Amino acid sequence: MSQPSQPVNLSFDDSHDGLFAKGEEMELNFGPQHPSTHGVLRLKLKVDGERIIDCYPIIGYLHRGTEKLFELHPFFQNVPHTDRMDYVAAATNNLAYVGAVEKLVGLVVPPRARYIRTILCELQRISSHLLWLATHAIDIGAMTPFFYMFRERELILDLFEQYCGARLTLNCMRPGGLPHDLPVGWTDKCRELVEMFPAKFDEYEGLLTNNRIWKKRTVGIGILPPEVAIDYGVTGPMLRGSGIAWDLRKAMPYEAYGEVEFDVPVGKNCDTYDRYVVRMEEMRQANRIIAQCLTKLPEGPVMAKRPRVMKAGKDSEVYYGIEGPKGEIGFYIVGDGTPNPYRCHVRAPSFINLQSLPELAKGYLLADLVALIGTTDIVLGEVDR
Amino acid sequence: MAAPEIAALESIRQTLGDTLFYYGFSPLVKIAVLLFLGILPLITYLVLAERKILGYMQARVGPNRVGPWGILQPIADVMKLLVKEDTLPKQAVKWAFILAPCLVVGPAFIIFSVIPFGPVAKPGAMSWFITDVNTALLFVIAMATIGVYGLIIGGWSSNNKFSLMGGLRSAAQMISYEVPQGLALVGPLMLAGSMSLVKIVEAQSGPGKMWFVFPQILAFFIYFVAGVAESNRNPFDLPEAESELVAGFHTEYSGMRFALFFLGEYANMIVISAVATTLFFGGWLPPFGDTFPVLAVVPGPIWFALKVFVFLFSYIWFRGTFPRYRFDQLMDLGWKWMIPLALFNLVLTGAIKLIFFPHN
Repeated sequence: MSQPSQPVNLSFDDSHDGLFAKGEEMELNFGPQHPSTHGVLRLKLKVDGERIIDCYPIIGYLHRGTEKLFELHPFFQNVPHTDRMDYVAAATNNLAYVGAVEKLVGLVVPPRARYIRTILCELQRISSHLLWLATHAIDIGAMTPFFYMFRERELILDLFEQYCGARLTLNCMRPGGLPHDLPVGWTDKCRELVEMFPAKFDEYEGLLTNNRIWKKRTVGIGILPPEVAIDYGVTGPMLRGSGIAWDLRKAMPYEAYGEVEFDVPVGKNCDTYDRYVVRMEEMRQANRIIAQCLTKLPEGPVMAKRPRVMKAGKDSEVYYGIEGPKGEIGFYIVGDGTPNPYRCHVRAPSFINLQSLPELAKGYLLADLVALIGTTDIVLGEVDR
Repeated sequence: MAAPEIAALESIRQTLGDTLFYYGFSPLVKIAVLLFLGILPLITYLVLAERKILGYMQARVGPNRVGPWGILQPIADVMKLLVKEDTLPKQAVKWAFILAPCLVVGPAFIIFSVIPFGPVAKPGAMSWFITDVNTALLFVIAMATIGVYGLIIGGWSSNNKFSLMGGLRSAAQMISYEVPQGLALVGPLMLAGSMSLVKIVEAQSGPGKMWFVFPQILAFFIYFVAGVAESNRNPFDLPEAESELVAGFHTEYSGMRFALFFLGEYANMIVISAVATTLFFGGWLPPFGDTFPVLAVVPGPIWFALKVFVFLFSYIWFRGTFPRYRFDQLMDLGWKWMIPLALFNLVLTGAIKLIFFPHN
């Protein structure tokens, strides 16, 4: 674990500009207003020329007290708060929260709802990965992929809009099932999208995978050895890029994941390029899962019978985690017998993956830092909550 | 009319004509016309062309709101830059901060004075260049070198760490790439036997002659790649890499001073394209002019412009295609590959010339 050599001093000394203050080292304030910190991440860097000696992330610029807000509302009113944490992957946040509540209250979700939730989550995974790749590519200087990926992400957002009316903050799940069934014709549109996607993935890979400059910028950059990844609690594609096949969808299947076939891609070299390859393959697998779910989609209700006011038992607690696009997103909820949660803690994958950034960045160049921020795939809304 | 009156009118006409002839073709007027009717509009519309072409490459349409198809967009942009507040950071070194943009844009414009856009005229007509010096090639290299001062001074004087890093990057990059660029230019120089750009173009036409791109394909390749690096364009746009250094050396610049840097970058692109056209692609000469003399119907300057546009398009094409190199990888490419290749090309050219054409 990298500790700053001195306590973080939030105010910078104005009497000198910090240049070459200590020998050749320079302190560089990277963000929170910087084009490639993916929001409001601030990094305090100690650099020697362009080489990074130390990196210390400073967070909290987007802190909205979401965890406290959970305590103020009944269980079923808290779903919209989850949308606003990882705002590019609202569906998986919804699922993690409603899953935790269902476990706490003891609700059984009907099969059709389970399948639709799986479809929504996998669509969300593709859209989140598309956004990751778009920003990652533009950070490394490839401008064009950005627009191609947004073009396809738009189609996914259109599907979301047809289902629940929202494009980003979906609020598309409820404890016990779904707010409503799929609209007429939705599955056909979704199927069209699924059939279209493999060609689009090939197009992206054609732009980047074998691109000489892309490989130069990513191969061997930001090596995260498996044991270090485990020490930091890194999950998701970051962990699988380091060669550990840990995927909650396989390890502890939830919703419909036990009933569909898919592979868990893993990397070998633990570098940025492998994490890129893993995420590209994950998009293809997500596509495969959606296709299977659409074929198997059962009929029936989409909402379980549930009490009008849900109450957790006194001193009850639950942790429920699922595999989000960025890693394990989990909710730890404590109930005290009232309709509101007594305490709700979020295991946010962005927050935990971000901790590995100083480990990744040390010894690399400033130009690599933006590639590494991209490869950790953080959303500051989720980091700060 | 009486004879004396006719004679008087005649003399007035002649004086007027002489004056017009004198001033009309004088270098000063040529410079003014070239600058204000040629280069500046070209640059502003090059920006529009870039945005349009990039737009179509990237599944969008580019600017289309100002005027039909967005053709008035450059005017709106220029107006905006002119009236914007021109901030001067409190901690900046004032004289250097003000000087830097001029150092970038000045030399880039000066280079146009030796570039031949068309053939040497018959007596009494206007030649399509401002001046033809016998050391034009050296002049081009020397002027291109000055631009780097603007970048590093701008980066240093802003008193901003990101600017400083951008300035340092650009200094290292431009110095490393000037070496292979200069070496690549020696190839055509050896073939033509003259440093005058007009002579070099003329050496590419005639029986048994060809455009220098064919015998000097390696030199052309090195020159153009180094030229892309020299004008700080993608994939070598490290000095202003926005995802790393915010805006690099011009982070602190705004308004017209920023516009000057912008202008300098695009002027440099045009210069690199124009020099590549002159040295390797026969300048104003029509392609296969000896085989198809009918192509000479199209005036030389139009051929010249067409060739330049092809290069400018490839600049934009690069930007739509490539990711960005990293600083040290860029240096590797320059010193470990391009300089040895350029030297090899030089030795090869010299040897072939010595063995097969000893009397040329």
